[in-house]
Amino acid sequence: MLPKTVKISKIIDENPSVKTFYFSHNLKSKPGQFVMLWLPDIDQKPFSISSDDGENFGLTVFKRGPLTEKLFTLKVGDRAGSTGPFGTCYSILPNRHYIMVAGGYGAAPLSFLSTKICELPGVTIDFIVGARSKDLLLFEDRLKLIPHLKIHATTDDGSAGRKGRVTDVLEELLKNATSKPLVVTCGPELMEKAVLDLCNKYDSDCELSIERQMKCGFGICGQCAVDDLGLCMCIDGPVVNRALANRIFELGKYHRDKAGNKINY
Amino acid sequence: MLHTTFLNKTFSNPIVLASGILGVTGASLAHMVENGCGGVTTKSISLEPRPGHKNPTMMGTDDYFLNAVGLSNPGVANALPEIAKFHSLSTAPIIASIFAGTADEFGEVAEHICASPIDFIEVNISCPNVGKEFGTPFAYSTTAIEAITKIVKSKSTVPIIIKLSPNAWNIAEMAKAAEAAGADAITAVNTISGLMIDIESRRPILANKQGGVSGPALLPIALKCVYDIYASVKIPIIGTGGVTTGRDAIAMIMAGATLVGVGSAAYYREKTCFAKIVAEMAEFMQTENIKSLAEIRGAAHTN
Repeated sequence: MLPKTVKISKIIDENPSVKTFYFSHNLKSKPGQFVMLWLPDIDQKPFSISSDDGENFGLTVFKRGPLTEKLFTLKVGDRAGSTGPFGTCYSILPNRHYIMVAGGYGAAPLSFLSTKICELPGVTIDFIVGARSKDLLLFEDRLKLIPHLKIHATTDDGSAGRKGRVTDVLEELLKNATSKPLVVTCGPELMEKAVLDLCNKYDSDCELSIERQMKCGFGICGQCAVDDLGLCMCIDGPVVNRALANRIFELGKYHRDKAGNKINY
Repeated sequence: MLHTTFLNKTFSNPIVLASGILGVTGASLAHMVENGCGGVTTKSISLEPRPGHKNPTMMGTDDYFLNAVGLSNPGVANALPEIAKFHSLSTAPIIASIFAGTADEFGEVAEHICASPIDFIEVNISCPNVGKEFGTPFAYSTTAIEAITKIVKSKSTVPIIIKLSPNAWNIAEMAKAAEAAGADAITAVNTISGLMIDIESRRPILANKQGGVSGPALLPIALKCVYDIYASVKIPIIGTGGVTTGRDAIAMIMAGATLVGVGSAAYYREKTCFAKIVAEMAEFMQTENIKSLAEIRGAAHTN
């Protein structure tokens, strides 16, 4: 598990604080998995994979700390260290109605999943994407190109799509669903918990992506172990199904910091 | 066949989760018992919370594992509920690993941690990765070992185990000093100092630059240390370092270990490594017609 040197092949500005960096490397990843990205002398952190076409993989990155600030200064041709892919992935199934619920940057792995499943027979996708305001909505243009996919945008302030929460749309779709949908979600934990609660209420299959503090990414440090199961979210997650999510006591309640202290949501 | 008594406590098998691996939370520790170890050791606990070093904190190859986590932990006050959580989930023995920057502080952490239902204290005086903060590890000095052992012993209500460093060339002397000062057992060994360089970026891979080597490369070093210590002291030894298979564990016991610490094996053989190692030990014992581990403990010593 040594960092592999990867070169930046393309950089896309998604919005003022979000960029997608493409690295030329055949990562062999699946939607929902993550890599540990390392910039020597700065830091190394986990990033969800937002695309992988076998030649380049993409990471959609929000500028928020020393590592991402440094990354934002890099140019095409610059290099970084990558380990992974790590973790579990979303189910890729034919003949299924997917309902995707994305909050903020959660749109990244779900758009990756959409590009994989839209090639399969009988797949239809309702893609609910929510953000605080219009300028923070991610990937609308990219999603519009995907066949059999319908976008439902929501914003907190009503500046785009419908004013309200992603779960308002989800509940309507679940209520009116004719075939058994598979709900997949990625976003803030409290949003994911609300999605899980709705899936329990309507007895719908569901897959969540759980974010926890990770040091190694491969099941050794134990930093991302969840109560009371003790499972590491880098190995048995980040993507978990409804049955497992319901057994993760701390979901929506607390997570842990780098020291291991509980931080309440 | 594998039941082992260590300082009057019975372990269902001699494999204990070593400190630092998968030991941040009580639930994680209990999950490792489900995966087959006979007992567990917490990640080292200090007086105050510590976030640890920046990433990368660990890396591995087929031959060795290298880490410098920087003793991250939530501090003794927050560790107590985790130990209580472990007890609510598991009946296996638990060793609380502690560390501190001074002898007095070691005593303070020991006193605090004894308020929780632990079976043993392991005194980590041998972490090789916090030199910038704490100076040379205490495990290189008989004087420091005596002072820390005495104070921890006086503040503890459970048996204490001193964890030694393979960086000390005369580790058997260190073990003798611990025994003379009142230690109930020895853990040998911690990781040995190492460094790896990423040749593309021309930088050490770990953010801390140097780290501690574990994994298969540590096994012969650890075996030599345990072998030498067994010949020098009467107190029992937890043999730790590079054990990834049942054969490795048997070798550790033949060198003189009572319990066998397993950590990095989780990298090589996943968290189910504990059950795998235990099964391989049982299989070897059956083939060789060995009835109990006591029969082969220290068997590699000729005199």
